[in-house]
Amino acid sequence: MKNFLKYREIWLLAAIAMLIGLISTRFPGFANPGNLRQVFNDTSILMILALGQMVVILTRSIDLSMAANLCFTGMVVAMLNAAHPAIPIPLLIVIALLVGLVLGAINGLLVWRLNIPSIVVTLGTLTIYRGATFVISGGAWVNADQMSADFINFQRAAFLGIPVLSWIALLVIALFFLVMTRTALGRSVYAIGVNPTASVYAGIDVGRTKFIVFCISGMIGGLAGYLWISRYVIASVEVANGYELNIIAACVIGGISIAGGIGSVGGAVLGALFLGIISNALPVINISPFWQMAISGSAIILAVVLNARGERRQGRIILRKAEAA
Amino acid sequence: MSFLKKLLVTAAFSAAMFVNAAYAENVKIALVVKSLGNGFFDAANKGAEEAAKELGDVEVIYTGPTKATAEAQIEVVNSLIAQKVNAIAISANDADALVPALKKAMERGITVISWDSGVAPEGRQLHLNPSDTGLIGETIIKLAADYLPEGGDVAILSASSTATNQNAWIEAAKKVLPEKFPKINLVATVYGDDDSAKSTDEAKGLLKSYPNLKAIIAPTTVGVVAAAQVVTDEGLIGKVNVTGLALPSEFKKFIDNGSSQAVALWNPIDLGYSAIYLAHDLAVKKEEAKPGATLSIGRVGKVTLDDTNSAAMAPPFQFDKTNIEKFSKIY
Repeated sequence: MKNFLKYREIWLLAAIAMLIGLISTRFPGFANPGNLRQVFNDTSILMILALGQMVVILTRSIDLSMAANLCFTGMVVAMLNAAHPAIPIPLLIVIALLVGLVLGAINGLLVWRLNIPSIVVTLGTLTIYRGATFVISGGAWVNADQMSADFINFQRAAFLGIPVLSWIALLVIALFFLVMTRTALGRSVYAIGVNPTASVYAGIDVGRTKFIVFCISGMIGGLAGYLWISRYVIASVEVANGYELNIIAACVIGGISIAGGIGSVGGAVLGALFLGIISNALPVINISPFWQMAISGSAIILAVVLNARGERRQGRIILRKAEAA
Repeated sequence: MSFLKKLLVTAAFSAAMFVNAAYAENVKIALVVKSLGNGFFDAANKGAEEAAKELGDVEVIYTGPTKATAEAQIEVVNSLIAQKVNAIAISANDADALVPALKKAMERGITVISWDSGVAPEGRQLHLNPSDTGLIGETIIKLAADYLPEGGDVAILSASSTATNQNAWIEAAKKVLPEKFPKINLVATVYGDDDSAKSTDEAKGLLKSYPNLKAIIAPTTVGVVAAAQVVTDEGLIGKVNVTGLALPSEFKKFIDNGSSQAVALWNPIDLGYSAIYLAHDLAVKKEEAKPGATLSIGRVGKVTLDDTNSAAMAPPFQFDKTNIEKFSKIY
């Protein structure tokens, strides 16, 4: 199983290298390290979100409300910053994490206590959170001019030559890697995805674990909310509208099975990078805007088809091993 | 019993009479916008309220969907028909999709005009353009050219590739380019779909693809903010000038930090004011909308209707370092 996962990530890495090579033939500067560093920075928010979504999908659930959570939390921190510019940014990030946590916990409680399918719960909360954004802001926007310089520049400051936004992404990747591979929670998440019934017999509280993963995705949504608003310097009700689909697409491309149980931190990161490279490259390779969406869509379907074939192969290998034994 | 019944009927009847009388007193005009929560339309509503105060007998209903789609707007229009408003002044999300609903409104005797973003002629009595398409096209190029005496490469970052008004402005801009601004070289037109993230990607792409770019022209309020932020982030202030159509309140920061020299926009307050004024005059039969007619709009002046009963209000107004402070407080 582990070998197989490794294989899939290497394969995805090769696909990304090929993609970069292909883009370089049309735009020579694309592959140089400076540009790739920038692509990583541009993709940071999507990577963070994809990791939050990954833990949810691994437990056979889905969180459709992440982008709405991002929008709500982003509006909250933007309004706080506009009203009280003196609040230091680290504290504002903590507030964003807490607001996100509350929204995630609402999803988690509904899934856990009322046993409603997560797709229904989060479809509902998606609308509620967007509506709530409208209510708290009165529909008004928070503009660049109302945000403090620190609020906007925090993620842009360079530390060891790399922007803080990229560092945050690296930190989140490292944290998720530790949790997924070195903790009981990580093991329970995979166990639930592979076989929820067996997990119960193994002493795992399935409902509680699902609650925890929704709290995690909520916190990630909140963190991304601050990062998104300070990156695009406008907080409005329309922020990240429909972005939940990009997040899920990044997970799917990264080889995370929608059926749960299969997927890794590396996969989610690479899946997000794949999408990030496409959206970064399409504007520079002179392709008509009418074709751009079709190309992004085809890339997603291609990746899913290849992943599905990968999953089938897994079945064959197991059978062959069984026959040999 | 029968006495009581009679009394009730009389009471109900007189109440109805009273309500009717109230209708006759106040002209109810619905200002329907593309979507609620947009600074531009909030400003238009300010102008509408101002016109209502001036006219005295007008009640403005400021409404619109929360999402900028034609379907949502049709529902709003239907509910306004049910409320029996006297007039509807709409900025439409789609020129054709709203025609049937608005036709129904006109059949019920409701005055219908469109403003800002128009409806096809059969779906309204008149249309008030914020400005003239040709003028807007020329202005967006001029904004870039004014700060490029030597000429140079410029690119356009638009909204969606199918946006009617943006495409018309860009066409008009291209038309005046060769004769009026021969030194300006338009190298690309890209589309950010009025989405901050996509506009940011596209603006970055422009800077990568055209290292000699001197100006980015974004004739859309979302795109212009995204482009200015990208120019700020990449340390290109002074090298690349961002310009286009922007709301002063949203854009002040970028005039202040030098990533943009000047932007333009028509005055949404005047636009809302004029829409209510025209809707009122048509609803009370003070004026009639027919080709060639000249209608007066209070403090804004006069407009003349063309063959399709459309009129243009004024040239776009320019904002730069000298006046952005003042206007950013207004809209």
